[in-house]
Amino acid sequence: MPKNNRIKKVLVIGSGPIIIGQAAEFDYAGTQACRSLKEEGVEVVLVNSNPATIMTDKNIADKVYIEPLNVEVLKKIILKEEPDSILPTLGGQAALNIAMELDESGFLRENRVQMIGTSSLTIKKAEDRLAFKETMEKIGEPCAPSEVCTDLAGCIAFAERIGFPVVIRPAYTLGGSGGGIAHNMEELHDIASNGLRLSRVGQVLVERYIGGWKEIEYEVIRDSYGNCITVCNMENIDPVGVHTGDSIVVAPSQTLGDKEYQMLRTSALNIITELDIQGGCNVQYALNPDSFEYCVIEVNPRVSRSSALASKATGYPIAKVAAKIALGYALDEIKNAVTGKTYASFEPALDYVVVKIPKWPFDKFISAKRTLTTQMKATGEVMSICQNFEGALMKAIRSLEQNIYSLDFGGFDKLTDEELQKQLYAIDDHRLFCIAEAIRRGYSLEEIHEINKIDIWFLDKIANIVKMEQRLKTEPLTTELLKEAKYMEFPDRAIAQFVGSSEAEVKAMRYKNDIVAAFKMVDTCAAEFESETPYYYSCFGSENEVDTGDKMRKKVLVLGSGPIRIGQGIEFDYCSVHSVWALSDAGYETIIVNNNPETVSTDFDIADKLYFEPLTPEDVENIVRLEKPDGAVVQFGGQTAIKLTEAIMKMGLPILGTQAEDVDAAEDRELFDDILEKCGIPRPAGTTVFTTEEALKAANELGYPVLVRPSYVLGGQGMQIAVNDGDIVEFMDIINREVQEHPILVDKYLMGKEVEVDGVCDGKDVLIPGIMEHIERAGIHSGDSISVYPAQHLSDAIVEKLVDYTGKLARGLHVKGLLNIQFIVYDNDVYVIEVNPRSSRTVPYISKVTGIPIVDIASKVIVGKTIRELGYEPGLQKASDYVAIKQPVFSFEKLRGAETSLGPEMKSTGEVLGISKSFNEALYKSFLGAGVNLPRTKKMICTVKDSDKQELVPIAKRFQALGYTIYATRSTADVLIANGVDAIKIKKLAAGSPNALDLILEGEVDLVIDTPTVGRDKSRDGFLIRRNAIETGVTCLTSLDTANALLTSLENADMSSLSVVDIAEI
Amino acid sequence: MKAFLILADGHVFQGTSIGAAREVISEIVFNTSMTGYLEILTDPSYAGQAVVMTYPLIGNYGVCYEDMEDDKPWPDGLIVREIASCPSNFRSENNLDQFLKDNDIPGIAGIDTRALTKILRSQGTMNGMITTDENYNLDEVLKKIKAFKAVDVVKKVTCSEKQVLPGDGFKVALMDFGAKKNIARELHKRGCEVTIYPAYTSAEEIIASNPDGIMLSNGPGDPKDCGPIIEEVKKLYHSDIPMFGICLGHQLLALANGADTRKMKWGHRGANHPVKDLSTGRVYISTQNHGYVVADKTVPEDVAEVSFLNANDASTEGLHYLGKNVFTVQFHPEACGGPQDTAFLFDRFINMMEVSKDA
Repeated sequence: MPKNNRIKKVLVIGSGPIIIGQAAEFDYAGTQACRSLKEEGVEVVLVNSNPATIMTDKNIADKVYIEPLNVEVLKKIILKEEPDSILPTLGGQAALNIAMELDESGFLRENRVQMIGTSSLTIKKAEDRLAFKETMEKIGEPCAPSEVCTDLAGCIAFAERIGFPVVIRPAYTLGGSGGGIAHNMEELHDIASNGLRLSRVGQVLVERYIGGWKEIEYEVIRDSYGNCITVCNMENIDPVGVHTGDSIVVAPSQTLGDKEYQMLRTSALNIITELDIQGGCNVQYALNPDSFEYCVIEVNPRVSRSSALASKATGYPIAKVAAKIALGYALDEIKNAVTGKTYASFEPALDYVVVKIPKWPFDKFISAKRTLTTQMKATGEVMSICQNFEGALMKAIRSLEQNIYSLDFGGFDKLTDEELQKQLYAIDDHRLFCIAEAIRRGYSLEEIHEINKIDIWFLDKIANIVKMEQRLKTEPLTTELLKEAKYMEFPDRAIAQFVGSSEAEVKAMRYKNDIVAAFKMVDTCAAEFESETPYYYSCFGSENEVDTGDKMRKKVLVLGSGPIRIGQGIEFDYCSVHSVWALSDAGYETIIVNNNPETVSTDFDIADKLYFEPLTPEDVENIVRLEKPDGAVVQFGGQTAIKLTEAIMKMGLPILGTQAEDVDAAEDRELFDDILEKCGIPRPAGTTVFTTEEALKAANELGYPVLVRPSYVLGGQGMQIAVNDGDIVEFMDIINREVQEHPILVDKYLMGKEVEVDGVCDGKDVLIPGIMEHIERAGIHSGDSISVYPAQHLSDAIVEKLVDYTGKLARGLHVKGLLNIQFIVYDNDVYVIEVNPRSSRTVPYISKVTGIPIVDIASKVIVGKTIRELGYEPGLQKASDYVAIKQPVFSFEKLRGAETSLGPEMKSTGEVLGISKSFNEALYKSFLGAGVNLPRTKKMICTVKDSDKQELVPIAKRFQALGYTIYATRSTADVLIANGVDAIKIKKLAAGSPNALDLILEGEVDLVIDTPTVGRDKSRDGFLIRRNAIETGVTCLTSLDTANALLTSLENADMSSLSVVDIAEI
Repeated sequence: MKAFLILADGHVFQGTSIGAAREVISEIVFNTSMTGYLEILTDPSYAGQAVVMTYPLIGNYGVCYEDMEDDKPWPDGLIVREIASCPSNFRSENNLDQFLKDNDIPGIAGIDTRALTKILRSQGTMNGMITTDENYNLDEVLKKIKAFKAVDVVKKVTCSEKQVLPGDGFKVALMDFGAKKNIARELHKRGCEVTIYPAYTSAEEIIASNPDGIMLSNGPGDPKDCGPIIEEVKKLYHSDIPMFGICLGHQLLALANGADTRKMKWGHRGANHPVKDLSTGRVYISTQNHGYVVADKTVPEDVAEVSFLNANDASTEGLHYLGKNVFTVQFHPEACGGPQDTAFLFDRFINMMEVSKDA
């Protein structure tokens, strides 16, 4: 049954900005799906507000709209493009919700647009709580029993019916406060009456407690003819209670017998059949570890984070197949792209173990709670593949790039027995290391299992790793022992640490005894069929099966950017992928190394070869020894790749593009100062220090405020503005908690306009696609600032200076390839803040708005082409007719306790773009895309620091003119009233009601403007106001510049005349 | 203890001995199932073979005796990458290594099972020897290995006397050529009274018992070695009693009707094989375990038509006999281990018996 030929033009909705819970996996799924549709001759119209994605490239879709994911905007695009179909299941929850809204309003029917893939009825059945429960009951699939109760008697009756323990969740309280687990009648009495009292509506949900059960997921695919298969099942090492996105996950399941495996598989197939899903679907189960009892936790009728993981874990391209199914193909008509011999209607057989570990942002949010709960906190993840579990776990741990190379970490050895016992109950990002220490201290696996309910099988594997550590510490390092340690993937570095020798000695011993990594293929079929897919992983103690073949072309190694984290997001995957494509176009054989399962770069058909490996020197060297590439490219993979430069040079592999010593020159304060001096370019006065005393001296000489930061970091990590000696002492203490290999920089802080330039240099000429300016004054990290292209407020003289400095710096640093420079324009002069001789966060966005493929040009430049040869005229390119405004997007509500005020350290997780011929409209769109959709109640709270008070007056007046009622804290209100603003005074939190918290929690206000005192805010009031605003969904701005921009946007908001722009035409 | 796996082509893998520390020569076959090792180990169809599991971690959930498909394990040996040291499952009563020792089954762990699988895939299934003797003489050993042929395996695995599972429904005669227990369980679950007969029971005796249906079970070995059984099956076929055949049963009935079987290069052994029902176009995932197959285009056109095809290699997976209440499949609708997607075939058999009785 072939393709449905009536489908000619399909609208695909992307997932929008990267936020916690919705990350790069949807770029991977969307990109794969768009390519799969285009392959079938279908015209693809794509909408996604996220400019950092690969899917928003004009070579991925035919029409590309980087527009807010908003129903009104979608309607405009549908009216303009007239697609016949809409495919909503590839852009996560965001896309699904919008498609449902379009469908429910009757708009799709009116405009004869059909939903393909899964129908709206199916989505409703899966998403609506009640409809889902009814559907599951109809086919006899159990859900955890629950009931909404409004009095104690109801709670008691229900608990008696389903048995203890039960979970009590009060309705409408913040973050589940007032709830709990009742193990008996007495506890139920206490918790339920408290919960009923705390709930605004006097309601609690009583639910069967399934905490501690195994959490199992199945990835299922079904076509429109009813054929269905499971791609993969996965087992969470963390039992129910930790969000699956925060769990360590293993594929396939390890502790399920065939009876349990098949019971859940059959259930998953029954569910996907009953829901009539046509495409991919994810079913999550809780399985009682002591019986065959199970319940369905959730069904996602779309591709998801788990399906991205399942695709990479098995080699089965779920999104690609789902897109073909949407077009009408049956599973047995779709070729298995891995084997090329079999079809999509089979179930992958794995002959290896896959482990996923999430990447959490706790290094960025020191105050955030590290405890893992049902609210996901991770920004990204790493995956590793090995033939044994211990090895897969060890590889995943070092892939996280936290400088952790074994389970001996976290300082748990310093805890007393009592402290350790207590810590074992705390399920947080360090739990593995805590368990390892407990094992070292002689805890039995059963004791640990009793505490954290992690299956004994996994605990035994952790114990095996600990045992190996102990053997390395106590026994002589024989060849046999070394082999065993490598089989478990102990890196040389960790072995050296345990045996007390050096990494070089361990490596030498390995090579001497021929203990080297072997590479195996991921082939979907456990070697049953011959496959040619170049997707590999390493292991020890096995035969190598990678054929490096006859060398027909020059080979180049491209290093990827690892897990998505704040400061190093999806944009670096965009750069890596484009670099691979450009190098391939230039005639090179490309090899990519990466470990992030969510990305496009780890799709097996991007590069000629994919190595799914940790990005550490040892792991990369294994590949280099085998493949013997001609060169390596490090400038596109963010700090992850840059950090490997030195190691790669030591392997004798040439770095293509800007050389390591020039990268150093940009980072090293003294070398950089020399270059600046030679070029005659000023920078804010500053110096380097190591100790707190030196820092204090430097700060006082420069004069406060000063900027303090470690060197060689990304995303401004650890960067702070200090206004007094106290700040310096505090910041230096925080920075020096980790041993610093490089000096700390102390600079005079200039509060000017921040300007950013990306460029490509071929050694002689420099191409500058455009100049961007930031809305927020310097002091807020560039990744967290609203950025405007082309710059709107720069004089010709300043622009000329910027271009001149960029050229001088590029040549001075011998840049070959990309560079990114951040400037401050202060008092009509231009200062350099920093130069990054590599790809930057703004590269995808500037490429898209200017239509200049910067990564492509840079990639070809580094293999020898010149800018002119590539057909471009050097210098600053003519500004686009469009204004593009990048707006950062944050995930603060997901991270309890995280400080939300913006500063020099980056905090945003993603970004959206607003694009238009008019500045005001672009600005409005950018806020709309970021989800700032005001007004609702037209009431706001202002509480600003003293130095901002006068500047607040005109802003408040303009809000008032828009009809806003303004509440303000005491001193802010005084200044506003004195200046003719009708502000209503509210009390300090401690002084009782009415105060800011009351207004926020009661849903009275739309907006909070709270500018904290510079430096780390010590006011508890401000912190509480900001946190509560964020957690209740109230927009909270911490910079007056942002407030100003928002005002401009609101004053010009006009949805009816909003234009939409196809960037493929730029 | 060190152990060696020596293949007929001279490849030698060194690993660690698991299970019984004795030497064994057998035909080496690989299975790609990720779970279900106990069901595989107790499947009589593996008599005369040593099984390589391609999934590297085997024994994770221990041994749950109630999952056994026969009273004892049948393969000559087990070959794994890693055997679980600490199994974990609420039903587990033993660990796999001990289970092998208890049943005197030798095995080897710690070898590169993927490399081994690739050899078997590219050169075809071959004989091999598992030994703990470090001082083997390769030439002599290879001679012995090459000479090995499993004979009379059906005789070895079939029950010695008939056995009845009482039920109120249809009376089914189950011919035990090495039947997995779940075939009887599936019938019994549907109310059938199942009488399990030794493989060499005469057709006359079966027909005289007046069953509503005859079930031809799975079993080990080359179907062409079962000449006397094929003769009896032919008589059963002509009795016009509804008949359902699985695996070896499917092959024997095809041979009885003039078709041919051939040995496959490496066979189908796993829990992920797609089969397409040609009457509906639906594809199901099935468990498979066979090294022989009914050869294409050898089934007389007027006797039977192909009802199921393998969606990977288009080999014959099922036959529907024309004008008869008879159908057979190459795959395993009784699953255990593996997917339960084709259990509806047992319902089809029940319906067939109903229709036949009504007629």
